[in-house]
Amino acid sequence: MNLNPFITEILQVMIVLGVSPAYVGWVRMLKCWSQGRTSPSLFQPYRDIRKLFVKDVILAENASWIFRFTPYLVFGTTVLAGGIIPMLSNDLPLSATADVIVLVALFAIARFFTALAGMDIGTAFGGMGSSREMTIASLAEPAMLMAIFTISLAARSTSLSQIVQVIYSGQPLLRPSIAFAFIAFVLISLAETGRIPVDNPATHLELTMIHEAMILEYSGRHLALIEWAGMMKLLLFMALGAVLFFPWGIDASGSASGGVLAFMFLLLKLAASGVILVLIETGLAKMRLFRLTEFLGSAFLMATLGMLSFFILE
Amino acid sequence: MNLHIAAQINSFLAALVLLTAFGMLVQKRIYGLIHLFAWQGLFLSLNTAIVGFVANKHHLYISSVLTLSLKVFVLPYILHVLIHRLKIRKEVETVVNIPMTMMIGIALVIFSYHLMAPIRELSTLITRSTLAVALATVMLGLLMMITRRHAVTQIIGFLALENGLFFAATSATYGMPLVVELGVALDVLIAAFIFGIFFFHIHTTFDSLDVEQMAKLKEAG
Repeated sequence: MNLNPFITEILQVMIVLGVSPAYVGWVRMLKCWSQGRTSPSLFQPYRDIRKLFVKDVILAENASWIFRFTPYLVFGTTVLAGGIIPMLSNDLPLSATADVIVLVALFAIARFFTALAGMDIGTAFGGMGSSREMTIASLAEPAMLMAIFTISLAARSTSLSQIVQVIYSGQPLLRPSIAFAFIAFVLISLAETGRIPVDNPATHLELTMIHEAMILEYSGRHLALIEWAGMMKLLLFMALGAVLFFPWGIDASGSASGGVLAFMFLLLKLAASGVILVLIETGLAKMRLFRLTEFLGSAFLMATLGMLSFFILE
Repeated sequence: MNLHIAAQINSFLAALVLLTAFGMLVQKRIYGLIHLFAWQGLFLSLNTAIVGFVANKHHLYISSVLTLSLKVFVLPYILHVLIHRLKIRKEVETVVNIPMTMMIGIALVIFSYHLMAPIRELSTLITRSTLAVALATVMLGLLMMITRRHAVTQIIGFLALENGLFFAATSATYGMPLVVELGVALDVLIAAFIFGIFFFHIHTTFDSLDVEQMAKLKEAG
């Protein structure tokens, strides 16, 4: 039985929406275990989101439309990004229309509006968070694009499905350019999703928070949407890494059984990526803000070296 | 092992050599620098062994073992002892800031690729593509000597430069004759002892290994 690509697309978006809180729960669980604490249930993030949806929204008096509009926009762009990455099948209708540069742009739009909303209320924390977020973004995005261009060079296309196909079918053994791009991608994902060497997702300590500072004024369903979008973003970055560098298991035929198999592979890869993420997070301490230029600079260096070694060595 | 896989491993090791060269350029801690230097030696010796296997030149195995013993164990050990004796704890000071150094390094890699492109066309060896990496390693070693103030890190830069030259010899002509390589290895070893002695002299005279201090060296008059 063959699945209609549109149905696969819808299924995939549903999976992104449904699995992302569980994924964050899984990462938190692993983190608790690694630190010798008892962990909350895997489904705690679902309860948090439900609780936030029930609560009232409290808006500041001088909040403009940007502040009210941002949660929906952030949520929407993230869901759209979830439709672009070919996680289950290679043959997605959205994946054919939007390439990897669009994906980066979608994340950039979400980030831009979050930064605006952070400044909109006029509290000190929001502005500080926005300024820090944009500092990181200005360094992370070139590196991200550079890493992506390296892979695109190897695959001769910027379309994600095409890249997956080429990397899947070609001999994956020991290509220095892709190895460099992978290291760069890992460093950038840590920065983009606000994980530990860059930002600590669990803290509300004034001096160190970045993403939390921007969304400090949100409450109720707005906060729920932003939190959910953040969870999806983490999942999407991990899935993007899995898709670009370890594309085994992605279904090319479009059959239902292949789709189920691809889903199983995806869960397996995500679980493994959670373990790696927690290992990185427990192994490193949060970096000083001023050392981030070096951190992201080395990500850029890796991506550039990947591109150069594509020309020099391959 | 077929030729294609060997060539791929060869270029991957070349990429790792380049990576360690950049790592040394941006590393601030002096012990980290020595470890990176040892790693570079390891990749270099593995690479030499693989080239020896591919080209069927047995003397390359000897120079691979020489590199392994000298650059992975002996020289880092000597540097370790020196740093321990001289009680150097401070982070390495750089003349240019680190992101800038990285950018210059990238420019140097592009420059060496450009320089080596015609030679690459002429050569028929399997290792021809790593020639640009070898030249880049030489350049990066030189850059490290320029951008660091500390005498010990400058010496590590010099040794990294020597690594690059050795790498260039293996990738351009499948290695120098064995006599020459033995001579170079001996030279490097003796250089290690000599710079050890110099470090002690500089340290006792200036109480520091910062070469900026040497500008004060003037005759009393």
